[in-house]
Amino acid sequence: MNAPSRLGVRALRDRIAAGELTAADVAEASLRRIAEVDRRLAAFVRVDEAGAREAAASIDRDRKSGRTLGPLAGVPIAIKDVLCTRGLGTACGSRILEGFVPPFDATCVARLRAAGAVLVGKTNMDEFAMGSSTENSAYQVTRNPWDLGRVPGGSSGGSAAAVAADEVVAAIGTDTGGSIRQPAALCGVVGMKPTYGRVSRYGLVAFASSLDQAGPFGNSVEDVTEVLQVIAGHDPQDATSARQPVPDYRAAAARGAGGLRIGVPREYFPQGLDREVYEAVRAALAAAGRLGATVEEISLPHTDYAIPTYYILATAEASSNLARYDGVRYGSRAQEAHDLASLYVASRSRGFGAEVKRRIMLGTYVLSSGYYDAYYLRAQRVRTLIRRDFDAAFRNVDVIVTPTSPSAAFRIGERVDDPLAMYLSDIFTVTLNLAGLPGLSMPCGLTRERLPIGLQIVGRPFDEATVLRLAAALEPEIGFGAQRPRLPEETASEALP
Amino acid sequence: MAITREEVRHIAKLANLEFGEEEQERFTRQLGAILDYVAQLDRLDTREVEPTSHAGGSSEMRDDALGPSLDRDAALANAPESGRGLFKVPRVIG
Repeated sequence: MNAPSRLGVRALRDRIAAGELTAADVAEASLRRIAEVDRRLAAFVRVDEAGAREAAASIDRDRKSGRTLGPLAGVPIAIKDVLCTRGLGTACGSRILEGFVPPFDATCVARLRAAGAVLVGKTNMDEFAMGSSTENSAYQVTRNPWDLGRVPGGSSGGSAAAVAADEVVAAIGTDTGGSIRQPAALCGVVGMKPTYGRVSRYGLVAFASSLDQAGPFGNSVEDVTEVLQVIAGHDPQDATSARQPVPDYRAAAARGAGGLRIGVPREYFPQGLDREVYEAVRAALAAAGRLGATVEEISLPHTDYAIPTYYILATAEASSNLARYDGVRYGSRAQEAHDLASLYVASRSRGFGAEVKRRIMLGTYVLSSGYYDAYYLRAQRVRTLIRRDFDAAFRNVDVIVTPTSPSAAFRIGERVDDPLAMYLSDIFTVTLNLAGLPGLSMPCGLTRERLPIGLQIVGRPFDEATVLRLAAALEPEIGFGAQRPRLPEETASEALP
Repeated sequence: MAITREEVRHIAKLANLEFGEEEQERFTRQLGAILDYVAQLDRLDTREVEPTSHAGGSSEMRDDALGPSLDRDAALANAPESGRGLFKVPRVIG
């Protein structure tokens, strides 16, 4: 897979369109790479070999018959297992959805297929997207390609790892509190959470409906740009989908960083921030300065309140959304129940894992009689204050730059028994979900232990274009592009004569 | 402690979940710690601030028009138990 993946989305598509490569060969390379490395990585929960081959063959037939190929024709893509795929199981990392086969495609998936993308499989995730390490999956623990003893981040850890390990060229994840950006940072790839409302949520299994948003992963800003162009846009099937026109992101990304005003919030560089993270982000800001951007310090004073606000609102919404899993219409059912009430309780108690139960309990508590005003309503008011911080900052700057995550990838098992420590992994990312803003994470360096460090670029609502513009300009300056994790298999095969 | 074991049992009932003794004990401790942590929001005076339920996303009404939807067999295909075009469940009233 090395070759197709390193070509990138646009070059790959153009070569397939020109007849220099076949979609079938590219799909086989992706499947071969998965067979070679995924036993160690566990990025995929389901690989759809037949479906991928069929989609690729259809692209090759279209080319031969002279049809115009779509913008993602023949590009192997993986989908987080939280997005519904027609005829292909979708379990959300949960036992309660084991065996569920959606009768329809999520809008985002339908758009990828229509653009010619070849869906090769579904990727692992924390159960119902609740987690920051992909250790909370009921099926398997995904490993970080840069160090198999470490987590890939989460909850879209499978998608991030699949792209980092060149199993696919691009992938889709979802982000409720950082679940695209944090794993992108930890796996050394580019990941983007678009503005709330930019990409349809139809067919995205809901965790927290006012925060969830799907977005792309790729090995370059260009790849993420190409995929975003396809999935963005209004969808009548999602009442919160925005009608804002979708600009030409490719053109926007080519404009260079000259004249951009970058804000750097002091609250995102707290005492005790990992030194290597701090230095890598500072070096990227210096590079932006050389490109003609101005950099100024700003303040987002309510930043400290974002994590508590997020955990009240997200769990409240989750407790309501997850009430639908009752063992009646889909998913697993406890067999020994003697009446309907005990069927609900037994199916849910068996089907959900510990973190999901913890969040349903917390959400039920903060919405319960006597506590609603003290927790839920107060958190909604603080959400307004957090949004106002950004509104005020964006009157003076065009984009905001921060670290994506306070540290590089942590070790598997390190935070599983401490929910609060795990929640703090999202400290620099949750604010964007609360305010509904677009954000991108791109690699900006490696630690001494060769672990990737992520840079977060934040934009005004619906201004993904400016975020991509700065990211595309910074990418060659940072020069991370050529660096890839070395998986043990590669080391082994290199050792052969 | 911000939450008692009794409250945990009550919340579990509301959420249609059940826990063993040991799990109840652990959840009481963990939820207590999380509630202590989120209590820092009390430091802010929010009385004059409007609540935000959605971050700027439009939320619009659609026309009340008929459109295509899933056919019955597709809708029932994932049911643990179905029959005669219906979802089947254990008896509701004993």
